[in-house]
Amino acid sequence: MLYISHYIQIQKGKVYKDGALYFEDSNSEFKTFAKNLYQSLEVQYPKFYKMDNLCKLAFLASEIILADNTTLDVALIFSNKEGSFDTDIQHQQHIQHPDEFYPSPAIFVYTLPNICLGEISIRHNFQSESAFLIAEHYQTEYIRPYTDFLIRSGKAQKALCGWLKMIHGNYEANLYLVESAGGLVHNKNNIENIINNNLNI
Amino acid sequence: MMYSGVAITGMGIISSIGNTVEENYYSLIHKKSGLSYTKHIHTIHKEKIKVGEIALTNEVLEELLGLPNDNSFTRTSLLGAYAAKMAVEDAHIPDMSSSRTGLISATSVAGMDMTERYFHIYEQNPSLQKYIHSHHAGNCTQKIADYLGIKGMVSTISTACSSGANAIMLGATLIEQGVLDRVIVGGTDALCKFTINGFQSLLILSDTENKPFDKNRNGLNLGEAAAYLVLESWEQVQTHSKKVLACISGYGNANDAYHQTASSENGEGAYLAILKALQKANLQPDEIDYINVHGTATINNDLSESNALLRVFSNVPILSATKSYTGHTLAAAGAIEAVYSILSLQKATIFPTLHFTTKMDNSPLIPNTEVVHKNINHVLSNSFGFGGNCSSLIFSKCV
Amino acid sequence: MTTLKEQLKQQIIEALNLEDIHIEDIQDEDPLFGEGLGLDSIDALELIVLLDKQYGIKLTDPVKGKQIFSSINSLADFVAQNRCK
Repeated sequence: MLYISHYIQIQKGKVYKDGALYFEDSNSEFKTFAKNLYQSLEVQYPKFYKMDNLCKLAFLASEIILADNTTLDVALIFSNKEGSFDTDIQHQQHIQHPDEFYPSPAIFVYTLPNICLGEISIRHNFQSESAFLIAEHYQTEYIRPYTDFLIRSGKAQKALCGWLKMIHGNYEANLYLVESAGGLVHNKNNIENIINNNLNI
Repeated sequence: MMYSGVAITGMGIISSIGNTVEENYYSLIHKKSGLSYTKHIHTIHKEKIKVGEIALTNEVLEELLGLPNDNSFTRTSLLGAYAAKMAVEDAHIPDMSSSRTGLISATSVAGMDMTERYFHIYEQNPSLQKYIHSHHAGNCTQKIADYLGIKGMVSTISTACSSGANAIMLGATLIEQGVLDRVIVGGTDALCKFTINGFQSLLILSDTENKPFDKNRNGLNLGEAAAYLVLESWEQVQTHSKKVLACISGYGNANDAYHQTASSENGEGAYLAILKALQKANLQPDEIDYINVHGTATINNDLSESNALLRVFSNVPILSATKSYTGHTLAAAGAIEAVYSILSLQKATIFPTLHFTTKMDNSPLIPNTEVVHKNINHVLSNSFGFGGNCSSLIFSKCV
Repeated sequence: MTTLKEQLKQQIIEALNLEDIHIEDIQDEDPLFGEGLGLDSIDALELIVLLDKQYGIKLTDPVKGKQIFSSINSLADFVAQNRCK
């Protein structure tokens, strides 16, 4: 049996960790909210400011949920519907007009949703298995057995999984950490409650 | 009889070196490169960069697939449906709904090829608005699933240049775990200006043909392609007396945890992925007969990959870089190179690397440059993506 | 030249998202890459775009860039000699 030891939900200026309110910002506009949340965490990681919005969201959520994690053996399985569209638009704008044609390498490198897996791996020194899936909804029916397999087969000690939405200023992060002990059983119901924001006090 | 690995019962491919498996094989053994200046894409980099462009236009692909005129397939989906259909026919699947069947497809471009063309004129052209939904990577995959009649699990992997390999890996895992009985896995990407301009801004596009593992390599050529494999459970194989082309005996994925786009000097992510694949396959390094390297011909990748190989293998097996033929087809790369690895096993042939003249500095490795006929039991295929996502697959003759 | 250096510092801060850095934090002779500001390879490519966008200078060889970008002093010298805007 595997368990969910921690979960986190971020949206509309609020952060809930394990169902309890963890952080709140009256300004829920993403850029300001993310900067304030980052500063509240008191981490010294200036590379944060170079990240695109999706990576910032993934970084902040994982920073909080992995606060007391000590193992490097954490697999990452993230999913969303829109890929890296939020940043794709910015890249397209830089190459759209022949008279203002300045493609930005710093923007282009973020036009792939899995870069957030890379940023988290760099931050925490994780060299584990990672995957980014794109689907209309979170595919619990396949992600749950895949996660079980990763841990049971010894490919990873823990797995950080979840859904990351970032599009046109609308953001949502619903992540959960799976391991051999925890407060919630790693099952379909609990996963769906977390993904659908049903567990907040 | 004991079975190991996951059975591959069909494959299909389209690339700049052929519209079928046989055409691709012919080009590989006759050293026929698919690289040229762009013909169909109107980019400002026309006649400055070479690409691996597929000759078939979208109109021809639509006709070959029998699509209605009002379809909203973008080029990525057209190529994907074309290759996936070939794979399904190769596997002789009589009824797609007969077992738990899924599709896991990889893409990075999705519908961007149409979006970049039409985004600013959608309002004045309602007839083009059908492509708006097609932008989405998930929609791209769903179109292929609907075309093939797949009702089970449908998902899209987007992990840059390792996507195709990761789709194959995830599919193999789901078969082994008994979640699916049959799964079509692979990837597709079309050429588009978004990608060409992006890679150009990173200054990693070559202004000639790419020269993998060469001292004078100066970057990659982009390409477009699609390839799919059909994987089935051993129960399916036995029940329907399926022919098995080869097996996936090992796979591994690891993160380099170094940089968003560059690879670490000692190739740590690659090294770990290869080791994991060997461990999964229960093979020692000296049992690998041939390596289809990632070999993009960037200064960074080839040296990093070389260092990883030297760390794993005390004697690095014969290796070749087929991106010298097709260019780097991004999300399709891991999938087309899977097809080439299977061909290698089937035909007991090791393919050449094109454009190689001089050994790299700081590496003793020299890629194979001629057609070599040799019995092969195990092939290692590497695919390393941006975001540090490193995957290695091992294809083996089935026992 | 002092104005150009100040301008370059401001442009670098904006282009590279150096959020917690101010003009007065960047010394003219400090290394920009490695230590000093600790910029990386993607930042180098962004500086190449900056040179084109702000000063009309087209640099295609990242290796030459390494020398030009070694400090604000070397960058300002290069821009003063080669600018088209």
